[in-house]
Amino acid sequence: MAYRHVVGPRTWAFADLATLMAKATPPRSGDRLAGIAAESAEESWAARWCLAEVTLKEILARPLIPYEADAVTRLILDTHDAAGFAEIGHLTVGDFREFLLTASPETLARIAPAVTPEMAAAVSKIMRNQDLILVARKCRVVTKFRNTIGLPGTLAVRLQPNHPTDDPAGITAAVLDGLSYGCGDAVIGINPASDSVQALGDLLHLLDALIQRHAIPTQACVLTHVTTTLEAMERGLPVDLVFQSIAGTEAANASFGVTLDLLKEAHEAMLSLKRGSLGDNGMYFETGQGSCLSADAHHGIDQQTLEARAYAVARPFRPLLVNTVVGFIGPEYLYDGKEIIRAGLEDHFCGKLMGVPLGVDVCYTNHAEADQDDMDTLLTLLGAAGCTYIMGVPGADDVMLNYQSTAFHDSLYLREVLGLKRAPEFEAWLHAIGLTDGAGTLLTGAENRLLADAPGLAA
Amino acid sequence: MSDQAEIWARLARLTPARIGLGRAGSGQTTRSVLGFGLAHAQARDAVHTPMDADAVRAGIEALGLTVRAAASRAEDRATYLRRPDLGRSLAPESRDALAAAAGEPCDLALVVADGLSARAIHENAVPVLEAFRPHAEKAGWRLAPVVVAGQARVALGDAVGEALRARAVAVLIGERPGLSSPDSLGIYLTFGPRPGRSDAERNCISNVRAAGLAPDAAAFKLAWLIGQALSRGLTGVHLKDESDRALEAPDLPAALVQG
Repeated sequence: MAYRHVVGPRTWAFADLATLMAKATPPRSGDRLAGIAAESAEESWAARWCLAEVTLKEILARPLIPYEADAVTRLILDTHDAAGFAEIGHLTVGDFREFLLTASPETLARIAPAVTPEMAAAVSKIMRNQDLILVARKCRVVTKFRNTIGLPGTLAVRLQPNHPTDDPAGITAAVLDGLSYGCGDAVIGINPASDSVQALGDLLHLLDALIQRHAIPTQACVLTHVTTTLEAMERGLPVDLVFQSIAGTEAANASFGVTLDLLKEAHEAMLSLKRGSLGDNGMYFETGQGSCLSADAHHGIDQQTLEARAYAVARPFRPLLVNTVVGFIGPEYLYDGKEIIRAGLEDHFCGKLMGVPLGVDVCYTNHAEADQDDMDTLLTLLGAAGCTYIMGVPGADDVMLNYQSTAFHDSLYLREVLGLKRAPEFEAWLHAIGLTDGAGTLLTGAENRLLADAPGLAA
Repeated sequence: MSDQAEIWARLARLTPARIGLGRAGSGQTTRSVLGFGLAHAQARDAVHTPMDADAVRAGIEALGLTVRAAASRAEDRATYLRRPDLGRSLAPESRDALAAAAGEPCDLALVVADGLSARAIHENAVPVLEAFRPHAEKAGWRLAPVVVAGQARVALGDAVGEALRARAVAVLIGERPGLSSPDSLGIYLTFGPRPGRSDAERNCISNVRAAGLAPDAAAFKLAWLIGQALSRGLTGVHLKDESDRALEAPDLPAALVQG
């Protein structure tokens, strides 16, 4: 069915819902690369006017990829909360925006299972940045493994101690550095250079020993392919969180070597280990706009809608953490600071609206038109939006993955400016070992007990 | 505190990561903010500095190799960054010129491509080719002219290799510059080059630069991989780089390279 919108003497027509949503998307290079972006500014706003008139019921009734053709579509429709949908199904996308702006946190939590990724994406396209921040801030998504992530007024940090050759001493040094800045409550998570199970085992033992030695209320993860982690669990290695990169279509997930059944198998294996002391949210997923197009698996759908579909893949596994790696993929998908900032806010909003614990890797590559000032802007906006967690990378320079993320210091900045606390158990631990005062502020000149590890490293 | 400063200095030597930076309140020190800004500027310049094709050509010709120029369909840097598809495709005039220049079928085409860092090419391409040439001579491989290609992505080599009737193509290309490595060269080897090859069908040697994998070592790895590719008729995920083993057993490389 075609959609139409009249502007003065001109009638804009859109062949179907996928076309309408693509044209209504705020401009970005990836949709242009795919050849589906609006061709003029007026067309883009005509599409937004038109999309605002579509009801949520109609979006539910017109899957962008057919049920028979795609496992992610089947997952979305088979797990849809029809009862909760009764409250919102009659709304148009335009009315839904106003509903969200006025909704209480309790209402937003109640409707989350009824919100499909297509609905979240559609409403985000007609929202300004401030709308995305305001609504996301009201969404509460709390998860637990060895600490409590996502409480109002908190911000967690993934400590990312990567090393170009997985050198154990170098990784330990970076972990000690990050902990000393009060980072690591979300997870201590290494992207390994090697993908062998042997190397994975060495790193898992290293992190497990470090967490136990210092009794740190946090969890570890080595971010390798889920099949490798499954093998590690079978071998009895100490796996806390199970990681996988995911995307919004069956074909894109296949290009990552992942199926929903494989994720289910890994989820069950993680649960059987019972390594979480406070809760069993033990999955960790990463996503990012552009991955489906990059895998030639986008079905003519815009990259932001496909990204929201990735959160639908994550949702049934009750993950501890999900983060978009927003500027990592490069300028052919998000060209500059403006596009990266917009995408980061959209991704965070869509994830939270769907009930997923969304964090953001605030990042960019050197061939994008972006710099630290853009990252400071996005970081601050995400802090205001109640982002679940950000990354902590030494000096913001990831020497293994060759991109720039956020530094340990950046979380200190955000805490000071916005009054954000760490996960409470981790906050208490930092105070107990004498690194912070009662308010969570780092003490200057305090004795750093963590450095008891250091002599062993130098030997 | 001085004890701690000493410990952090020692820890910092264990990793190239920027640890032990200290802080000024919740912010970074002036020294680390300015250091980061300068490194980012160098990486940005590496992306946007145009390749000096004449100088690269002269350097390669001085090694006694013939050179041809080529261009992708991306007309400028801004287009190149937004449209990777154009950077993978040969400009029609380049395709025609290479096809006209192609001689008999040959073993290997070498492509020197700016990629995302012309600086990587300026500093590393000629040294790698210089180190590689004796390996090629020893093995008796027939080489196509070296193609110097502008606004090029890795897959441009597929069209070049096909036009030059080469059994394999090696693309020396400027890698996406890291903050601490704006000068890093990558080498991608593809057997049976033709448009449509996937990245899973290539072998890659990365981080070739003075502070990374030295040109001699890179040339040795490349020669080992080419020997394997030509004798086994494949590259990619099924060809594992075991050249390190060849290095540890000094008698082996010659035999393998000639295989």
